[in-house]
Order: sequence, then C-alpha cells, then structure tokens
Amino acid sequence: MAEVLFFIAGLGAIAGAIGVVSLRNAFYSVLALVCHLLSLAALFLLLRAQFVAAAQVIVYAGAVMVLYVFVVSYVSEPFVGGVGPDRSRFARLTGYAFAALLAAELMIAILGSGLQAIDGDGAQYDPGFGTPGEIGKLLLTKFLFVFEAASFLLLMAAVGAVVLARRRGGVVEDADVPVLSVMDIIRDENAGSMAESVHAGGPRNTTGLERRDS
Amino acid sequence: MAIGWYLAVSAIVFAIGAGGVMTRRNPLVILLCLELMLNAANLALIAFSRMHGNGDGQVFAIIVMVVAACEVTVGLGVIVAMHRRGVPIDVDELRELHG
Repeated sequence: MAEVLFFIAGLGAIAGAIGVVSLRNAFYSVLALVCHLLSLAALFLLLRAQFVAAAQVIVYAGAVMVLYVFVVSYVSEPFVGGVGPDRSRFARLTGYAFAALLAAELMIAILGSGLQAIDGDGAQYDPGFGTPGEIGKLLLTKFLFVFEAASFLLLMAAVGAVVLARRRGGVVEDADVPVLSVMDIIRDENAGSMAESVHAGGPRNTTGLERRDS
Repeated sequence: MAIGWYLAVSAIVFAIGAGGVMTRRNPLVILLCLELMLNAANLALIAFSRMHGNGDGQVFAIIVMVVAACEVTVGLGVIVAMHRRGVPIDVDELRELHG
C-alpha cells in the first residue's frame, strides 16, 4: 500500500514540478505548484511527518499560493506568460544540460552513498514521532532561539513587503471629486437646507455619484 | 519504501527547479522554481529525519518553510513595485538597481 501511494505521490510531485517549469502562462504554473505541494504533503505523511504535512497544506498550498495568485492576476498584463521572445536556443539548452548534470550528480551521490540506512525503511521511532506535540516540545525547548529568530524574520519580511509595495508620492488629493458623506443620502430632499443651496446649480442627485462628471 | 527513493524524488525535483531558474525569464516563475528547490530540500530533510527516527529534521523543515514564506513576501513586493513603475517584468531587462 505504501509503495502504491509513494509512486502516485512521487509522480504527482515530479509532474507538478515539470509543469511549473514548462507551462507558458504564469497562472498555470502556480496551479501546477499547488499540485506539486499537495503531492509532497502526501510524501511527508508517508514519512510519518504529520505536522509538517498539515503545515505544508495550510501554509504553503493555502496561504502562500493565494498570495501568488493575487500577484499574478494583479501583474497579468501582456508581460505574464510569454515574456516576449524566449531566451536563445543555446542558453536554454545550456540550462537544461546543467539541470540534467545536477540530477545525474545527485543520483550518483545517492547511489554511491556509504549510508547503510538509506536502503532501509528508517529507524525505530517513538510513538509520538512527528505529532504536533512532539514538534512543539522541540521548538520551545531545544530550538527556542531558532523559533524566536524565525518569528522576527517573519516580522521583518512583512514590514519589508509593505515598504516595497507601497504607493509612492502619497495619496493624490483631487479637489474636483466631491466627497460623498452619509448625510447626502439620508437628508430629506427639498427641505431648504444649506447643502441644497450650495448645490443649487443643478438638480440635486440623492446618491451624489454622478456629480463628478459635471 | 526505502529512504533512497524519497531522496531520488527530492534530487529530481531539485534539478527541475534549478533548470527552471536558469531558463525562464519571468521573475514570478523564477520565484516558483525557487520554491520547488526549497521543497526538494524539505523532502530530503524529512526523509533523513525518518531515517534517524529523530524529530530535529522536521523542525528544520518548518524553519525552511518560514524562510520560504519570507522570501516569497519580499520577492512579490519587489515585483509589485516593478509593475507600479512600469518596469518590464523580465529579468533580462533589469540591469540597474537604483530606483
């Protein structure tokens, strides 16, 4: 059973990775990455890492991918997808050849490894291995400093993203556009109020929205 | 399944991600390929954690996920800033860093 699940999830992960690299439209690349991440979560479950699998689905496939989808649809003008003419044939072939060489080298390293345990199913583990309780205990005792550093890093990234993506030059104040207040809607018409005399030039519009054209 | 199979999947995904970083020109897709490489490293970390029956590798994987989230946030912020300024979203066109 584990073998069947492994091959399904492994092939899904590799297919998703190929999709990310080869699809022309950036939106489809993001969707392929979601498929890859879900397959990877299944692999994590097979490796008895329940908490990491759950975090992978919630944080990665959920939150981070939503961020990607928003940015892709925000930026998606003629640029996304086919970015003009692609790289030259030579550059692309060099890139793929380098990737193939890297894969071959890693395979040689795995096959030629002296680690006996690589061929086994893994060591004996405690009953609580990979559960949220165990991970939380490790994070708050042995890796407390790492935990704090990670939270500080997240804070810095959030501030940095806001600073990078903010609108420069401040908000543009346009005096011609009337500001619609709540009173414009709930006030009685033709009651002889001061607001009516200010707008006496034309017929009073209750919503006030069409006024920006005049 | 033997741990070596998981490492093989991890190696293949890492190589695909590296190839994508070198061949694509859209910075959004390059960020996606970086995610692929980080996830391949995560898979290897968790496979070794299972091999030793020790939870430290899983904590390492979670920290890698935090770092990846930070990298995505800042990278997407840069892309949005590029879009606001009308700079073409293409890594080959970006030759200067000053605003």
